[in-house]
Amino acid sequence: MYSDVVVEHFTNPRNIGVVENADGRGQDSNPVCGDFTRITVRLADGKVAEAKFKTFGCSAAIASASMVTTLAVGKSIDHASRISAQDVLAALGGLPLVKEGCALMAAGALRSAIADAKVRAG
Amino acid sequence: MRRIYLDHAATTPVDPRVAEAMAAVYRDAPGNPSSIHDEGRQARALMDTARERVAAAIGAEPSEIVFTSGGTEADNLAVRGTVAALRHKGDHVVTTAIEHHAVLDTVSELEREQNVRLTVLPVDRYGRVDPEDVREAITARTVLVSVMHANNEIGTIEPIAEIGRICRERNVVFHSDAVQTVGALEVDVRRLPVDLLSLNAHKFYGPKGVGALYVRKGTPFARIQTGGGQERDRRAGTENVAGIVAMGAALEIATRERAIESPRLARLRDLLLSGVRDAIDDVVVNGHPTERLPNNASLCVRGVQGESLIVALDLAGIAASSGAACTTGSLEPSHVLLAIGLSRELAQGSLRLTLGRATTDEDVDVVLGELPRIVSRLRAASPVA
Ligand code: FES
Repeated sequence: MYSDVVVEHFTNPRNIGVVENADGRGQDSNPVCGDFTRITVRLADGKVAEAKFKTFGCSAAIASASMVTTLAVGKSIDHASRISAQDVLAALGGLPLVKEGCALMAAGALRSAIADAKVRAG
Repeated sequence: MRRIYLDHAATTPVDPRVAEAMAAVYRDAPGNPSSIHDEGRQARALMDTARERVAAAIGAEPSEIVFTSGGTEADNLAVRGTVAALRHKGDHVVTTAIEHHAVLDTVSELEREQNVRLTVLPVDRYGRVDPEDVREAITARTVLVSVMHANNEIGTIEPIAEIGRICRERNVVFHSDAVQTVGALEVDVRRLPVDLLSLNAHKFYGPKGVGALYVRKGTPFARIQTGGGQERDRRAGTENVAGIVAMGAALEIATRERAIESPRLARLRDLLLSGVRDAIDDVVVNGHPTERLPNNASLCVRGVQGESLIVALDLAGIAASSGAACTTGSLEPSHVLLAIGLSRELAQGSLRLTLGRATTDEDVDVVLGELPRIVSRLRAASPVA
């Protein structure tokens, strides 16, 4: 059902937790099941220095959050805020159709965390 | 990796003795039971024996057994057949919020498309229907009451003897989906006031794709499938001879072994539940504490979403499920867990472990080793716990 990458990111998720003194906090939920992901970020030198997640969701949602934070760290703020569900899906080697909303949620949570950081920075 | 299968409520593996009986039919009995030649008569004889076995297991007459393609068809036949047969007398159906979709979706389609009036009764927090609610729901227009014998998700056994008595008093046809109980509990229609009872072979170590509807003699009934006159004109279509023979063999074995097997399963299930309670904080055990199927353990783990739990267990070699197997493709929380009053979030964390013949003490130990580790790993990533 799932690719090896999904299984790996689900069994050993990267970046679990909450960034201390985060610059931005974001959340997104999957309207179909009500599950949700929270992402916190720290920005430095125009880049995403740190990104962490907490997910109440399925295995695909956990793997997606792990992947989206992995993709974001080290990228320029601009680049990171453009990471899409498609990018997450591609990096994960795809997800079953009913699970694509779970990847959308991860991308949405990251985008909202970065947007929050931008607002706070003024 | 050795797999541990704990999803017997979804389906049971075919008993090797049953598989052999089934293979023998494919090998040696090629006839159509409606044919009059020797091959046909031989197939007919095999089917007759199977019908006698199924009937004997539930205390019925062979003529009261209608073979179907499984539990879903039996439920459809019971509900649609009764409503069609009694349309001139009334238009009201009473059922419960925790029925299988084979009943719930059927009655709501009848409501939408045929203006049938529907009363869906609530259940208490253990999943039990109050027979008095059934009494109050019945009106002069009521043609059918349908209440399952035991729930497939949470294992709660319903008071169908009492409900059946109320239906008798009010002269209303009573159907019970006994798919989860036949083979595991004593079900005897001589004592149980039911008119229609659904059975499914693959829940008692028979093959998938064959089931039966018990139809008490004299119950108003209309067929829903047109074609040949098989099953005394109650279910058209050439019979699944091998499946029917296998169903007869499987039910005979299950009935014979039940007195030892059901208490054995209940003991293992209790070990599992007490181990889980000891090792994991904040778990809710669903269903009735005593009135429950012997092999069912239904839990909700706070802070953890059910699918992630199932996938993690699967990767660890343990097959479990979250709610009903039939709806695992959907992301909606289970209608049963919502009906017993759980929040959406808690209902999202459901885990159903259903034990079976192959389950051993060692399997329970393995689960009790893996599950707490998995739960704490998932909780570490959860914003809730
Ligand atoms: S996030 Fe709810 S099913 Fe994937």
